[in-house]
Amino acid sequence: MGEMSWSRRQGVTVPAATRAMNDPGATGRFGTYGGRHVPESLIPACHEIEAAFREAWSDPEFRSRLDTLLAVYAGRPTPLTPAWRLSHELGITLFLKREDLAHTGSHKINNVIGQALLAHRMGKERLLAETGAGQHGVATATAAALLGLKATVFMGERDIERQELNVLRMNVLGAEVVPVTTGSRTLKDACNEAMRHWVSSVDNSYYCIGSVMGPHPYPWMVREFQRVIGEEARAQCAAELPVGVPDYVVACVGGGSNAAGTFAGFVDTTARLIGVEAEGGAAATFGRVGVLHGFRSLVLQDEDGQVTEAHSVAAGLDYPGIGPEHAHLRDGGRARYETVNDEEVVQALLCLARTEGILAALESSHAVAWVIRAAKSGEIAPGSTVMLTLSGRGDKDIASIKELL
Amino acid sequence: MTESLEEFLIARRDTGRLLLVPYVTAGVTPGWTDIVHAYADAGADAVELGFPFSDPMLDGVTIQEASDRAIAAGTTVKGILEEVATLDVDVPLIAMTYSNLVVQQSTAEFCAALTASGLRGLIVPDSPLEEVGELADAAAAEGLDLVLLAAPSSSRARLREITERSRGFVYALTRMGTTGERGEIPEQAVRLGRELKGLTDRPVLFGFGVSNPAQAAELAGHADGVVVASALMRKLLDGARPRELGDYVASIRRALDHGAR
Repeated sequence: MGEMSWSRRQGVTVPAATRAMNDPGATGRFGTYGGRHVPESLIPACHEIEAAFREAWSDPEFRSRLDTLLAVYAGRPTPLTPAWRLSHELGITLFLKREDLAHTGSHKINNVIGQALLAHRMGKERLLAETGAGQHGVATATAAALLGLKATVFMGERDIERQELNVLRMNVLGAEVVPVTTGSRTLKDACNEAMRHWVSSVDNSYYCIGSVMGPHPYPWMVREFQRVIGEEARAQCAAELPVGVPDYVVACVGGGSNAAGTFAGFVDTTARLIGVEAEGGAAATFGRVGVLHGFRSLVLQDEDGQVTEAHSVAAGLDYPGIGPEHAHLRDGGRARYETVNDEEVVQALLCLARTEGILAALESSHAVAWVIRAAKSGEIAPGSTVMLTLSGRGDKDIASIKELL
Repeated sequence: MTESLEEFLIARRDTGRLLLVPYVTAGVTPGWTDIVHAYADAGADAVELGFPFSDPMLDGVTIQEASDRAIAAGTTVKGILEEVATLDVDVPLIAMTYSNLVVQQSTAEFCAALTASGLRGLIVPDSPLEEVGELADAAAAEGLDLVLLAAPSSSRARLREITERSRGFVYALTRMGTTGERGEIPEQAVRLGRELKGLTDRPVLFGFGVSNPAQAAELAGHADGVVVASALMRKLLDGARPRELGDYVASIRRALDHGAR
């Protein structure tokens, strides 16, 4: 509210996408993207979940139960930390939204507690999930344990090798981890396998999708469950900044859930929204229109329409598509998508660790890497304020980092 | 042959014959078109050609393996269509693929390319009623029959709409799950077949999980026929030659004819 009056005072035109990031309605379309491109067998399940979510989301009791769990269990609100030394070094004012401090070490818990509560409310016994870096799998295993549900997590064989710690965490939490040996043996194949399993177990299983992807209502529902990041950050910025809103809001993007939640809090402000993709998995930058995993969006694919494998140092960003709402925000110009390479990411991780004492996840370090590059090149003007969502902590990446040093 | 896929199948069904549609993944072997000929010679009423996609959401391990093999061999839509154009078979050919291949150019261009190569039908499993509008229009404009799927989980209202909008035949899924051979015939398949037959005069064919001639005949008896895919592709991946695949299709043909009404 303060922001609206500020915008008017400054004579700033609020972008046309002011009404962006709302309810996409029954079709689940964001412009021409999104939709429900799944086999007929899954359509009733999608309808059932959409109806259950609409009902729960407008039920004060559900909201209150979710808010309580996010506070007393997941540790929300997460702090907004000024990055003092790095800000000084870059000549900007940088704030970090500390999702790395949420329970299980990343923003994934926000979405998973919401969906697990929904599954429980729907009477489902088992959560199915796909995972790349393992953070969503760990969060799902955690929420399942919390609510007394079973959890089955599909994970590419290659990711299992490079994220051993998270596999152990899931096992300790009582989840079954199913190795996926098809295709590129990474996140996209884990999604395929989770979908296949879902088709055959839809009566008692709930597919807990980890990002703003999949058939409607998932991209919308996951963004709503992640909106808490942006809303908290908005309020925290209002308290910290003289003008209430940062000049830049930055988040990393694989499927794009932490970015969607973050952007949702700032889409109606003057802040520039920047999503940062891994160079080897940059669907918003190098993708073409396609249909994958139940939704229409931008997809990395060859000229014949075969989906290509994404490659980056961060398993959580190795996804060849991007959430449909991001594609829509990109087309409308409300958000911009940038890429950084693995080398910049590793340097950014080290830089943040050594200037701020924060070991960020390789995924989150993509956002940091872009801010460092843009501040140094002058693209971010000196004196600008930047709000960066640090989506997760880097403990899981220690082994990979050791190899890269 | 100028009639549509649907006219062709209805004419055959109306002679009292149970319909048989065997499947092959295009490009799975260098001589895959020989398999199409073998199927036709063995008494197929149409042949389904899988256009391989990297992420086949509704396919089990067998079709995935066949698709991966075809893609690894450099199979492309353009290449498949060039080979299809040279085929000389007297039964209709039906393309089966996923939405991502359909939307590469416009859906109109995709449908036009299929008919130009002589294909008469199209199945896109990840294009349900909600999303099928543009594709259905494009296919209709080209005279290409777009076959829709019906599932055990579909509501009666959806089944009615599916039977109204499907062309060629209605593809009834025997079970909730992916493609692949299974043992018994589920009760839900029998129910779905009965319900669909009550709603439409279009041919109703069962697919998913058909694994042997006796089972194919029993299942077909609950509708108008069957699609057989994984059982054939499993044999092919295990080294069966086109003639052996043809022999297997002939054995299913005999079982169907034996059980025909």
